[in-house]
Formats: sequence, structure tokens, C-alpha cells
Amino acid sequence: MLITVRKPIQEIMGFLAGERAVFLLGCDGCAAASGTGGEPEILELKGDLEAEGIEVTGWKVVDFLCQKALIRTSLRPFSEPLARADSIVVSTCGIGIQASATVVDKAVHPACNTISLGGIRGEWQGEERCAECGQCFLEFTAGICPLTACAKGLVNGPCGGAVDGCCEVEPETRRCAWDVIYERLERQGRLDLLRSSPVQIKDFAQMRPPSAIRGTRRWAIDMAVTEGETR
Amino acid sequence: MKLTDLFREGEFVITSEVAPPKGTDTAEMIENAELLKSRVNAINLTDQQSSVMRLGSLAASRLLKAGGIEPIFQMTCRDRNRIALQSDLLSAWALGVENLLCLTGDHVSLGDFPDAKAVFDLDSVSLLAAAKGLNEGADMAGNELAGKTDFCLGAVVTPGADPVELQLIKMEKKIAAGAEFFQTQAVFDAEAFARFMERAKSFGVPVMAGIILLKSPGMARFMNKNVAGVHVPDPLIDEMKSSEDRPATSVEIAARLIREIKGICQGVHVMPLGWEARVPAVLDAAGL
Repeated sequence: MLITVRKPIQEIMGFLAGERAVFLLGCDGCAAASGTGGEPEILELKGDLEAEGIEVTGWKVVDFLCQKALIRTSLRPFSEPLARADSIVVSTCGIGIQASATVVDKAVHPACNTISLGGIRGEWQGEERCAECGQCFLEFTAGICPLTACAKGLVNGPCGGAVDGCCEVEPETRRCAWDVIYERLERQGRLDLLRSSPVQIKDFAQMRPPSAIRGTRRWAIDMAVTEGETR
Repeated sequence: MKLTDLFREGEFVITSEVAPPKGTDTAEMIENAELLKSRVNAINLTDQQSSVMRLGSLAASRLLKAGGIEPIFQMTCRDRNRIALQSDLLSAWALGVENLLCLTGDHVSLGDFPDAKAVFDLDSVSLLAAAKGLNEGADMAGNELAGKTDFCLGAVVTPGADPVELQLIKMEKKIAAGAEFFQTQAVFDAEAFARFMERAKSFGVPVMAGIILLKSPGMARFMNKNVAGVHVPDPLIDEMKSSEDRPATSVEIAARLIREIKGICQGVHVMPLGWEARVPAVLDAAGL
């Protein structure tokens, strides 16, 4: 699940300088759940743009804008309004905007900002987040990731700024990650782990996708389908 | 002059600190340092404390050194990645800086550029390890240096933190990474500090107690509410409240604290926060 919020209409109008007609794309997945990409929101966006003197040649809410094959088939009936539009305004997350831009060979304008959730979560939503660092050290941190749970992402212990176990950056809403790690290890009688664990120095090169994965068939098929049909 | 040399000679080491200016006018900073010069062994130069953008601590360290005052170069991990941190360490050594204080640093959200990217590529522990590596002649990647550093490596600890056990564990990690002395967060409760030192003394690394000059009861209450690990006991707040001469009472409280703890630690670090001119009186009254 990605959470999005709509940009102010003034910002979107700034993107449309010199343009007269647009086609709107929404998404019935996460964006609809966020209240940015479903049918009611697309109609609202249509009204906002028309009030600013922009013609909306057509609109479509696709089930999932992150699915390029789905975008392609969903837009087949809309070739005429798409052709008349100067550009496409897409009201969804950064992934859906990029997928739309890949499929539709026209200028694409983002209507939303995607809000940071501080790392990806599991399919079954919980507060645990993974930064995909490529060097998991949960072994040493009681199964709690300080890279995502600590405001500073500190991997060798707390900064000392916590007050009453709460993070100094967001005291109302954030526990100190290291305080939680400490509590769990103390409860389990495993505090020695903190003393014996090696000094962590993150290899940020491993936070980029390895070239070995970029070279896999799965990645290649995705690229072939995309590039083959748009070129 | 390295602080470690003084500790080795059994000296009770006294340090203080000054803050570089917001701007290029260093006159007041130099003036404050001059007020302290004859009474302290070295002076910390804070690194954009509270994440407020200021003149850099490396340039300020050099300015003090040129004026015959021993600087302690404070370095945080908030604004620089490991390339810049290591480079600045080499620069500092080339400019004559010998004492270093390694900190993680405040979060950018606390300062005047909350929209800045917070770096924290390294933290206090890994920065100490990196500095130790430079002292041994190699950078973090293991590349050999043409000319190495020889810093005295300092770190910080908060004796009043809760849980204190976590502070002690991190203190041990800092020592293992290379820390050779510690300056502490402000101490106001001598008994609590004694309990902390009972645990910390087994590490065998010199500890300098942090002393802040209380300016008012309001300042004490503010610190109790907002500063992690700092607790000003009520009797001290009452003493300030009922005082008819607050600066004199402030000096008396700081001096009394130093007298109470000087037997159980290896030095004091006085944070005057604008009251630099009163530090000599504190040290006189404390018998230092």
C-alpha cells in the first residue's frame, strides 16, 4: 500500500502552462484507498481543472496503475480523447505515474505526492518496515530494525536524545527504537548481545539493486514488454 | 597538547567550550575563549549545536590554536558522509588540531534548516573507529595514508539517562572503537553521578563531568522537561528561586558540585552558555 495526497490545483496548473486539453488517469488501488485516485476524486479533479479553463478530453480509473499491461488494455477504447489531449494528468503514486508515462507516449503530469512510509512493509500491514539495506542485522537488534525505526537510522545504539523513551524528533508519535530494542533484550535476558555485537557500518552500495538482479529474466521480461510495445 | 597526556600525568583536566558565531565575526568567540584561556586545559568548539547553521568547528579550532589556546574539535555525523568526515579529519590534523570529540549530532529537525537532508552515514561509534583507523595510517576502506593522524579521541556519555545500562553499553562500544576520554552531559546530582561512576570506573577511561552554569529556575525547569538525561533536583531550583543574587548562587552551585565530584572523576567540562566571565570564579570556589 502506498499513500498519496493530491497536490494543490495551483501546482498542477503550473505544470499545464501553455496546454489546453488533458486526459485524466486514476487508480482504483492504493490511490482510491488514499482518496486521491478513485472515481469521485477524478471527477473532483476534472471539475477543478475545468474551473481553471482546461478541457478534459476524457478520463479513466484503471484498477491498478502499477500494472502496465492493464493500463494498455484499459486505454484502448480511449484513443480519440487521448489523441486530442496535450498531456495526461495522473492522480496516483509515483509508481503509477511512472508506469503511465511508460505506456502512454505523451507528457505526463503528477497530480499527487507519494507520502514516505519510511521503508516498505509486509503485504499484511504492520508497523515493521524494511529499508532493503541488503545486509540484514536484525540478529543484533532483537528483530527490530533501527534503520527504519530510529529517526536518525542509527545502527550502533541510541543517540541519547530520547526523553521518557520517546524520540526527540517526534516525541508524540515515535518510541525510541533503541529503547524498544533494549526492553525486548532485557526481557529475554539477552542484553549481552548489545555488548558483543560488532560495530555496524552500513554499505550503502548494497542499497542499490544488485546488477545480478537487473540482469534476471523477470526484470528483462518487464523491460521487453514495456519497450517493445511503446516503440 | 593531547588531553591523554595530561590524564596520564594524573592531572585533573579542565575544559570548557565556546560556540562559533552565526556569521563571520569571530571577535566574541575569541573574546570568550580568552576569558577561559588561563584557567582551562582546552576548549571545545561546538559543531553547529542544535543543528543551527554556523561557522564551522574546524575553522574555529584553527583560530583558537593560532591564538595559543588548545582546541577540542567537535565533530558530528549529521552533515557529512564518511568521505567528508575522513577528509575533514585529515584537514584538522594538517591544521594542528590534536583533540577530537566525536558525536552523532542532533537531528536536523531541531535546527534552522529542518528541510535539510540528515546524513548520519556514520554515528559516534563508527566515527571513532574511522578516526582510530586514520591514527593507524589507513582510511575506512583500508587504503594506506601518506602521513597519518595522531588524534586524542574523545566521546560523550549521559550519566543521567534512563536506562543508564544502555548508556554504559554504548560507552563500552565507544571505548572498543577508540575513545580515550569522555565528557558527560550536565551533572546536577552528585549522588546519581557517583552511582554512574561506580559502574563506569571499571572501564579505566578518564571521565570529565559536565557542569552547566544554571542561570535561572526557569532554565532548570526547561532542561528537566526538554533535555534528555539532565535532571536538576528541586532543592537546586529552590535555591535559585530564593536567591537575591542569581549569578553568585549559580557560581556557588557549580563550585559545590565540582567539589562533591572531583574525587571520583578525572576532570570537569564547564559549559558556560554565555557566562564565560564567571567560569574563573567557579573554578576558584571549587579549589581548582
